[in-house]
Amino acid sequence: MTDALMIARIDNDHRRFRDIVRGRIRENLRKYVSRGDMVARKGKDSVTIPMPQIDIPRFIYGDNEDGEGGVGQGEGEVGDKVGGDPQEGSGSGKAGEDAGDKEVEVEVSLEELAEILGEELGLPRIEPRGDKNLETVRDKYTGLRTTGPESLRSFKATFQRALKRQIASGTYDSGKPMIVPVREDRRYRSWSEQPKPESSAVIIYMMDVSGSMGDEQKEIVRIESFWIDTWLRSQYKGIESRYIIHDATAREVDRDTFFSTRESGGTMISSAYRLCSDLIEEQYDAENWNIYAFHFSDGDNWSVDDTSTCLKIMRETLFPQVNQFGYGQVESPYGSGQFVKDLRSAFGDEEKLVCSEVKAKDDIMDSIREFLKGGR
Amino acid sequence: MPPVSWSTTPELAELQEEIQGYASGYGLDFFTTIFEVIDYRQICEIAAYGGFPVRYPHWRFGMEYDRLIKSYSYGLSKIYELVINTDPCYAYLLDGNRWVDQKLVMAHVYGHCDFFKNNSYFSHTNRKMIDGMANHAVRVRRHMDRVGVNRVEEFIDVCASLDNLIDPWCKYRESLPSQAPGAEGEGGGDDADEELAKLRSGKNYLESYINPPEFLESQRKKNEDEAARMKRIPPHPERDILAFLLTHAPLEPWEVDVLSIIREEAYYFLPQMQTKIMNEGWATYWHSKIMTAKALKDDEIVDYADVASGVTSMGPTQLNPYKIGVELYRDIEDRWNKGQFGPEWERCARLDEKESWDKQLGLGRDRIFEVRKLYNDVNFIDEFFTEDFCRRQKFFMFAKNRRSGDLQIASREFAQIKQKMLHQLTNAGQPFIFAVDANYMNRGELLLAHRHEGVDLKLNYARETLKNVEKVWRRPVSILTVIDDKPKRIRYDGREIGMSDETAAADYVL
Repeated sequence: MTDALMIARIDNDHRRFRDIVRGRIRENLRKYVSRGDMVARKGKDSVTIPMPQIDIPRFIYGDNEDGEGGVGQGEGEVGDKVGGDPQEGSGSGKAGEDAGDKEVEVEVSLEELAEILGEELGLPRIEPRGDKNLETVRDKYTGLRTTGPESLRSFKATFQRALKRQIASGTYDSGKPMIVPVREDRRYRSWSEQPKPESSAVIIYMMDVSGSMGDEQKEIVRIESFWIDTWLRSQYKGIESRYIIHDATAREVDRDTFFSTRESGGTMISSAYRLCSDLIEEQYDAENWNIYAFHFSDGDNWSVDDTSTCLKIMRETLFPQVNQFGYGQVESPYGSGQFVKDLRSAFGDEEKLVCSEVKAKDDIMDSIREFLKGGR
Repeated sequence: MPPVSWSTTPELAELQEEIQGYASGYGLDFFTTIFEVIDYRQICEIAAYGGFPVRYPHWRFGMEYDRLIKSYSYGLSKIYELVINTDPCYAYLLDGNRWVDQKLVMAHVYGHCDFFKNNSYFSHTNRKMIDGMANHAVRVRRHMDRVGVNRVEEFIDVCASLDNLIDPWCKYRESLPSQAPGAEGEGGGDDADEELAKLRSGKNYLESYINPPEFLESQRKKNEDEAARMKRIPPHPERDILAFLLTHAPLEPWEVDVLSIIREEAYYFLPQMQTKIMNEGWATYWHSKIMTAKALKDDEIVDYADVASGVTSMGPTQLNPYKIGVELYRDIEDRWNKGQFGPEWERCARLDEKESWDKQLGLGRDRIFEVRKLYNDVNFIDEFFTEDFCRRQKFFMFAKNRRSGDLQIASREFAQIKQKMLHQLTNAGQPFIFAVDANYMNRGELLLAHRHEGVDLKLNYARETLKNVEKVWRRPVSILTVIDDKPKRIRYDGREIGMSDETAAADYVL
């Protein structure tokens, strides 16, 4: 048999499996999108999706009283905690296999997920503007050196060094191969700096955290921005995210704070728009950057005056700079929901502005389509 | 000694010759072994196919491949060695491995090859299984061409779900004389008397003493029951449910072929499940022996120690078959060298005497070769996992703390630990399921029964599996089991699944 044939064979089975996974995800996409659990399962480049149906069921033992647990080896008294996740135990021995009630979890890369989302929502691909060749410097472990922090000590290299020294100095006895490293034998992992192409797109998320935005509203914002993020990331090589929260004043925060902060007090949306526009002005040159701004609020602004300030900032500084400005209005029992009306009457069919109203989690999917269908 | 066979590079061929020489020198006895050097994708592919270059098309191999490739690229695990039970024995070396790794793998492989060839549980396996698997692939593809990929794939899904419903003793049973009805009454004389186990008295007045009427009556009843049972299908509870379905289920010819392929492959892989600890332990014993005593060069010792300790490392909550296997063989060797066995040793209650017990018998090496021939994991552990060994190796039993959800050391009692281990190994960790009645309730329904041994079936899986049984049987199917100490019957009629209490004591002796 030739290599080419061999590869083709498993690739067919592999493709078939991925197709099944994709099919399952597509069937349940609306459910996944509206529930927050996908967000919680996010790893660095992928999400894990529990998929019980894809396993092959058999008559096997469950885990009632006796079934749970197993036999292990090591120190410790009765009652001591033993390390390790029982579900990981199935790795090497069959003994561990009945330990955990393990659902099959399928890992899907964010890219693939974005692709499925794109196909399902019929999203067009984005034509990026500007071509940036900016580079950042990243550290990468490459070799060894003689000094370094103990946490980076390479045990194997250290022992090899010691062996070499002992053989050279004639203190090594192959009948009794004992190797004792000394200070000079120690070797540490070292790194070198490597250039990496930098991101060329930025998403600026803004959220109203005034008293009227409750946990449920924030959850919607969280889920929606996860999906927007996932999609935009699939369209650009690198992407930056910035987060702004505001009530009567605005400030930039990190991602965790963005989703967890709840403040009380009034709402002046203009504060956020002003900060956003400053941010763009200072750091993101519209010539080279693809800029996305999303603002989520319950639509309750402090005053008519402030709203007109907002409109002014949008018209004069934001719209000329951004690829798209998205405004998502989350329905809350306390908000008047006036702001979206103001925007619509002021800008009508301004193509850079996309407004979307989200009443409940089930609307998230449609809202995402709304935001992203322009392909800008 | 079999000739050294083709290898991909002259250097590796030379190395193979060297290692094979050591292996033969120690008395290992193996099929001709062929090494092939492949890259990581290929090794994952072959591993996903259960060690074979060609299998029938199915997505679950793709799923396994996906898992292997990912866990490799995340650095979670790496396949070092892959060898299959065939004659000649094929083994794979990973391209780009260090020289010392290739050495170690070769030494390890010769241990496996010896085990495949000599362990009695492998004696029934088809040693030409590479061809067998390739033939299966051709047959399945042909069915796919004829009736459609999806139909065949769906049926494979169904069959794969049942592939643990086989009888480990089936191969041995077939070689016994058939016990079909009517086989016994041949010796002439009075058939009726003989069937009742009536003794010849010769004297009329002794008749009622020698053949008491109550006894005759109970014999008659027993025979009637037996006769009634013989009319039932199956006459005795049947563990080889796959064979049972092949014979009795209304399958189309292509379905019969697919199901019989799944069954044949399940039997082929069975001994590997039954001897995981013994087989890995044996290979580990030999790579360790060959490497440390013969093959290792000084400059390789650190790399070797690194890999070898990884292979036998044991996490607190997982049994590493390599580790426990190799330690047991070493313990057996040591005990038989010193004569630490037999009634005298068992009776000795003095610790100091036991510790210095050495009769200089030197039987260790012979004994471990014998053990590798005759035992499987269950009786290996049952016989050689001693209290001393358990204590020395610091085994414990762990369980989940209901309140905190943490895993805790639950016991260091030898009896409990051994019990737990044996339970996990018995029937290769699978529950005992029997087909007991093909005409249940006189309606052509299939009744299965689970012999409950303290652990319930995983319910959601049991329901789904039952649905798959129905897809083969094409009439309603039920399974008798025990859930939370109550006898239950789960039934699937093709539309919905139902569960009821099973009040009538089952008259099926499992």
